[in-house]
Amino acid sequence: MKILVTVKEVAEVEDDFEIDGTSISESSLEYDLNEWDDYAVEAAVQIAEAGDDVEVVAVTIGPERSEETIRMALAKGVDRAVRVWDDAFEDVDLLDVESKTDVLAAVAAEEDPDLVLTGVQAADDSFGATGVSLADELGFEWAAVVNDLELGEDTASVRRELEGGVEELTEVELPAVFTIQTGINEPRYASLRGIRQAQRKEIAATGLGDLGLDASVVESDLRLTEMYEPESESDVTLFEGDAEATAAELATVLREKGVGAE
Amino acid sequence: MSDVLAVVDHRRGSLRDVSYELVTAGRELAGGDELHVAVVSGDVDRFAEKLDLDGVDAIHTVDYGEEFNHDVYLQAVEQLYADLEPGVVLLPNSVNGLDYAPAVANSLSLPLVTDAIAFDTDDGLDVTREMYGSKVETTIEVDAEPVVVTVRGGEWPAAEANGGADVVPFDVDIDESAVRSTVTGFEEVGGGDVDITDADVLVSVGRGIGEEENLDLVFDLAEALDATVSSSRPIVDNGWLPKNRQVGQSGKVVTPDVYLAIGISGAVQHVAGMKGAETIVAINTDPNAPIFDIADYGVVDDLFDVVPALIEAFE
Repeated sequence: MKILVTVKEVAEVEDDFEIDGTSISESSLEYDLNEWDDYAVEAAVQIAEAGDDVEVVAVTIGPERSEETIRMALAKGVDRAVRVWDDAFEDVDLLDVESKTDVLAAVAAEEDPDLVLTGVQAADDSFGATGVSLADELGFEWAAVVNDLELGEDTASVRRELEGGVEELTEVELPAVFTIQTGINEPRYASLRGIRQAQRKEIAATGLGDLGLDASVVESDLRLTEMYEPESESDVTLFEGDAEATAAELATVLREKGVGAE
Repeated sequence: MSDVLAVVDHRRGSLRDVSYELVTAGRELAGGDELHVAVVSGDVDRFAEKLDLDGVDAIHTVDYGEEFNHDVYLQAVEQLYADLEPGVVLLPNSVNGLDYAPAVANSLSLPLVTDAIAFDTDDGLDVTREMYGSKVETTIEVDAEPVVVTVRGGEWPAAEANGGADVVPFDVDIDESAVRSTVTGFEEVGGGDVDITDADVLVSVGRGIGEEENLDLVFDLAEALDATVSSSRPIVDNGWLPKNRQVGQSGKVVTPDVYLAIGISGAVQHVAGMKGAETIVAINTDPNAPIFDIADYGVVDDLFDVVPALIEAFE
């Protein structure tokens, strides 16, 4: 069995940041594996560990810089990775769902997986759409926002996390794409041995041409035209001073509201 | 603009709140053109009565099945789309909305913008949406029509009842062989001994607490304040507290007299669960954290300095 896991290196924005045009300036960013993808990787690796002859392949769309992040997934037990990049991606502010779907579907066509796991969403642009779109493109069945997954022979039993503390129990025919929610498992830390082994694992740098695609795949009817800090509607009263002073002010307010009164 | 097709959300016999908001958003997008609302599965006639709202031109009922199934919704929306030829397919950005909207867009080869929080239709369609966990807002210019858009719950007011829309039963042709998933049940999670929805005072802890052993500090504060401990999602994801303590969209909605948010940034999913609190107090190191947008009182400082001092002030 082969599991394809889509992963993305995302930028985390520091508390103090500056906006440069339609992006956040590089000095305010730190790169890491997307949180949801960390859970998807763990889910895939757990399936591989529990089964015989299961290969886990990670696929990412990202520049050379992202290899460091992708290697962390390899260190956690992913067998190998495919990294798709092309000059055409360089100038794209917003890679839309359609473009990502086309690229990932082309990789899936080469890899021919039995199961695809993605994160529910990426922490940066948060479209939350690539997994389901990919499923439709591949003709796979799917389930979005999965927080429990049991694989059977021809079907999988999943729980989908709905709003308001309700879970939906669903039987899904395989092959399928599942978008994995945080909390489904406890993502492991990479072991030293895993990190060493990851150095020898393959990250196949793949261009659009290698996938039978060209630069037109990044074309989009969507354009990111503005980025700005939201206007604060805050009318918060902030207490200032050292911790003792602010705690005293807070205590006064809390007591006024009846807190701590027996 | 042009005609809009809005497809509502329901679960276990009730229309979800976002459905009424979707109508308001749809009316805004349709401008002088028509707003078509569709309801798929369940007790569609009863739903149609409730959807006879201000600004709705027609309600299309698809009487097939009971609960949400994405394979049925996908086919129904494809067929409604072919029949109505709308310029915008408007869907809720709910868990179920995100379970089929991307398939609708891909299947119909339409661009997709999810999680819209505002529209500008003065010159074509511009969609406002957030990025980087609410740290920034962006404008997405949509250079094509038709388009699929999903709208975030709680951003548009609910449409009011009016009356007068046509109810049109839609004759759908569902290919059963393409329905490859089956809902077998629902389960309420987060039961147990503690009911955070019943507490007058909640001390709520978030990612800022850093390590599991630091939770002791929060429980000490809760004891000093005679309060109940709740949390944001990451604490539950980490397995540090059980699900019945989680406040937010996927957890509990709470309305205590006082909500003390400790090391919680205030992501929109969390705020959805606690914005109804009478008084909100926040302690966070990040002055730009969205929690301060809704807090009444706050301290921008290290919780590991402020919380021990606060415990002392109450002892």
